[in-house]
Amino acid sequence: MNALKSTVSPSETLRVEVHADGIALIMLDVPGRPMNVVSPEFIDDMIAVIERVAADPGIRGAVITSAKPAFMAGADLKYIATLAGGAISSSEAFAFSQKPSVAMHRRLETCGKPFVAAINGLALGGGYELCLACHYRVIVDTPKAVVGLPEVTVGLLPGSGGTQRLPRMIGVEASLPYLLEGKAVGPAEALAAGLVDAIVPPADLIPSAKRWLLASPDAVRPWDKKGYKATGGLLNPVIATAMTMRYAAIAARTNHNYPAPIAILDCVFEGTMMPFDKALRLESKYFAKLLCDPVSRNLIRTTFLNKTEAGKLARRPPNVATLEVKKLGVLGAGMMGAGIAFVAASAGIEVVLLDREITLAEKGRHRAAELLTKDVQQGKKTQAQADVIVARIAPAVDYSGLQGCDLVVEAVFEDMAIKANATRKTEAVISAQAIVASNTSTLPISELATASCRPGQFIGLHFFSPVERMPLVEVVVGKQTSETTLANALDFVAQLKMTPIVVNDSRGFYTSRVFQTFIHEGMLLLEGGVSPALIENAAKFAGFPVGPLALLDEVTIELPWKIIQESAAALGAAFKKPAAYDVMRRMLEELKRPGKRYGQGFYDYPEGGKKRLWPGLAQAFPVAPTQPTLEAVKIRLLYIQALETVRCLEEGVLIHPADADVGALLAWGFPSWTGGPLSLIETVGVRRFVATCDELVGTAGPRFTPSDALRDKARRGLGYYAS
Amino acid sequence: MPDALIYDHVRTPRGRGRPDGALHEVSSAELGAQVLRALARRSSLDTALIDDVVFGCAQPVGEQGGNIGRAAVLQAGYAQSVAGQQVHRFCASALEAVNAAAAQIMTGQSLAAIGGGVESMSRTAMGADSGAWSADPWVAYQNHFAPQGIGADLIATLEGFSRNDVDSFAVESQRRAAHAWAGGYFKGSIEPVRDVLGDILLDRDEFMRPGTTLAALADLKPSFTGLGLAGFDAIALQQYPQVEAIEHVHTGGNSSGIVDGSAAVLLGNREFGTAIGRAPRARIKAFASIGSEPTIMLTAPGPVTRKLLKRCGMSVKDIDLFEINEAFAAVVMRFMRELELDPARVNVNGGAIAMGHPLGATGAIILGTVLDELERRDLGTALITLCAGNGLGTATIIERL
Repeated sequence: MNALKSTVSPSETLRVEVHADGIALIMLDVPGRPMNVVSPEFIDDMIAVIERVAADPGIRGAVITSAKPAFMAGADLKYIATLAGGAISSSEAFAFSQKPSVAMHRRLETCGKPFVAAINGLALGGGYELCLACHYRVIVDTPKAVVGLPEVTVGLLPGSGGTQRLPRMIGVEASLPYLLEGKAVGPAEALAAGLVDAIVPPADLIPSAKRWLLASPDAVRPWDKKGYKATGGLLNPVIATAMTMRYAAIAARTNHNYPAPIAILDCVFEGTMMPFDKALRLESKYFAKLLCDPVSRNLIRTTFLNKTEAGKLARRPPNVATLEVKKLGVLGAGMMGAGIAFVAASAGIEVVLLDREITLAEKGRHRAAELLTKDVQQGKKTQAQADVIVARIAPAVDYSGLQGCDLVVEAVFEDMAIKANATRKTEAVISAQAIVASNTSTLPISELATASCRPGQFIGLHFFSPVERMPLVEVVVGKQTSETTLANALDFVAQLKMTPIVVNDSRGFYTSRVFQTFIHEGMLLLEGGVSPALIENAAKFAGFPVGPLALLDEVTIELPWKIIQESAAALGAAFKKPAAYDVMRRMLEELKRPGKRYGQGFYDYPEGGKKRLWPGLAQAFPVAPTQPTLEAVKIRLLYIQALETVRCLEEGVLIHPADADVGALLAWGFPSWTGGPLSLIETVGVRRFVATCDELVGTAGPRFTPSDALRDKARRGLGYYAS
Repeated sequence: MPDALIYDHVRTPRGRGRPDGALHEVSSAELGAQVLRALARRSSLDTALIDDVVFGCAQPVGEQGGNIGRAAVLQAGYAQSVAGQQVHRFCASALEAVNAAAAQIMTGQSLAAIGGGVESMSRTAMGADSGAWSADPWVAYQNHFAPQGIGADLIATLEGFSRNDVDSFAVESQRRAAHAWAGGYFKGSIEPVRDVLGDILLDRDEFMRPGTTLAALADLKPSFTGLGLAGFDAIALQQYPQVEAIEHVHTGGNSSGIVDGSAAVLLGNREFGTAIGRAPRARIKAFASIGSEPTIMLTAPGPVTRKLLKRCGMSVKDIDLFEINEAFAAVVMRFMRELELDPARVNVNGGAIAMGHPLGATGAIILGTVLDELERRDLGTALITLCAGNGLGTATIIERL
């Protein structure tokens, strides 16, 4: 190491040392944060440092690295969220992108002194764009050091030159997967793709960066040299083909719901034909467009900020000691029980997996082993690691095995009496402090709690199927559930590294209740003479993973039908037939087409072939001569869910709008561009949403009637989130 | 208004549009020039009488760029005073070129003009000119671009044409073309293409497969499944959401063939006929072009035909023969269904499925073919139409005198 020549007094977000060899070492170290993020303060500090490096004749060049384990994450999304979705004008957004940020990177690149990014850890988004602006990039050889440009995943683009520097460095085609898919890669792939210039052992990071600088490198980027050739755009047949095929993939994947990918593609296409500074201005214009679009706000707010908050247990009652579940009981080793046992064992928890026969319980454990086999095959885990996880699951038949469990999840058959019996037997053996959680998807928790001798310690933990792939848990608070139980149940969800939402007890809770309106609306559209293909396509083009009719076939109509029968039995005279009652009855009783499992539902399932809509639907539910527009069908499918969500919020089933939005995305794949059903209303505009619902009352039925509270919001111009 | 009269027309035989095709060694300018020379020779023409040569070309880049019309004029040895231009209406380019030449005459601005076109698909491949519509990402995205084969398959899906239906149509096209060749129906208008030594390179349509059977066609793989999977099926369904899935029924066997060729039509007013001592064979009665939904792309022939007939105060019954370019079997089948046409009056001597479709030349070829057939059958009126890229369509009515 060279002796220090001088130390520059630290700025807020970084420190600078100028070494005797004339190399300035810039260490990013944003105070009070685990990770360096791009902020206005950071950019000010960087500009000052760049000017110093440029002006000081004693400085030959600079190394940028981080004093934290990671190099730098992207922009501060909390801050970006305050600007997104129309909070600032497009010209303000353009200026926001151009002035401090783009200009800082450009000054770094053109100041005449060479800069090296010494990437000591993760460098994503704006962090990696800083590396791109440097004249050379060295990365440490550790798997945690990943680089990438994930902006597209939050509806934005890399707005500090990322869309322009990367294609100029590695080629237009090669750059597109990184820009359009936002994928982050480790050192080896980064080097192979040209995202970095060298991989070095951690100890050699700064020395190697210095060696490069001391070899009198060229501090002028290729695109700033005379005679640099732009791509020529469509005169280059390779670009022409790439653009046609990429556009097609984007249009097919986004259904025109997500504005970022096509903006990125166009930005690369247009920008690479232009001189660099013009291209940077174009990039800022596209960035501004995306920042002002509600979709970026929706994606940032729901899929990032609020999902993160939920993961950090935002709704956890304070002042309750944290519970660490060491031993978990799972009742029922079926699909759900086995899945819960698997995720718990994976999180390091000892699990007693109980079923009425040991073979069933063992089958449940075997499922965990099967799931792990895939991980082992893909190299995500070693066989030894997998074995340890499986060994944590102890199959059992006797309730006495539950002794010592901190929490027991009941996942037995959806039947009040069976569940009550399981609860009583469990409580007979577990400790007085332990919690019993039911994994029911529909039965009211407060009613199930009547079987409990300590209903304060009874709660709903509604997992989704398949558990290992569905990261959400709907935590259902019964009438008597205690604050401590809620807090500790949330602790358990966090232990599983899953995302909880908290709802109050109600038939169907939140997720099942709103999801049902989706499939019911699909059936009502069918009954109303809308072509089945149009219904299914409208759902898919709105952004749902599958259409409502296909979904019904997957679960079989028997499932919602059973739920309806249970409600009817439970509610007696108060029961109201759901709107699609008749379609379900006819499909089950008249047409005898319950669903996929039976080989026939709304679709035919030819052996070895792709499913096709059953042609007989046209006779059973005659298609009207005039069809609604695609947009009209999408609106019905989306709005009916938004309205039901509003009811859940107004009835107090939902406690917080964020839970509604996060839950909808994670539980049943509500389209993420909307940000969730409540964000959808804000995206449309509450006033316009209410007006459209009023029209739908006339054309589709009174179920579209907006509540008084919603009308009031429309009148007062309020949304669901404080802006 | 002066009549735009047709005095003659000529076309090259169509060569397979591949490097092993017979016409591959002939440049586009030379291919066009040979047709122009033939027109001049057949009428012992003083070419200085021609005001303009309008040539269609659908890939006007490389050797076909830079105004192939004027290049062909000079290459043909026409008088230097003869102007030249190139028009681009995708597959309808040559028909549009004939219409544009006719318009010059009808408005009295030209005494005589030639309309035609040239396309050497073996030398300038399809897609060579790219263009905003298909390759500028923003334009393609806003306009839901899908390749024409997807549109053809979408038409078949919407109309319920099965693979067997479209293959059957193709078999009939081959049969009719073979019959027409055997009967010598094309003889009077084919100009063999010659090489640099003056020897004949090709004197008959090289692409044809007479005796094509349904069974043989059934073995061919659908051509557009891969493009569909790449995203274009989804793009098409976004525009046609009443369709569950696109049936990919078009193959190389029931779509137009990729070929090289050129054709030209000699047009002039009455005085021009007197000057060259020839009687007109027909007149251009009227023409029209139209735009239609661009994603399905190929459905304009119906609307442009109706638009034209309406303007002329005519109905389909007033047309003796229809000639619609066989871009894809489903295009013609839909056209016939839409206008309730008797297949016996449509493409009576086969079409591009059998003989090939040199994009920028086809419009002039099929106009000439149907004129010859009107004369052979002693009928009066024909309508020529083509679907074209980006939802365009052009139609022309000709009338024997």
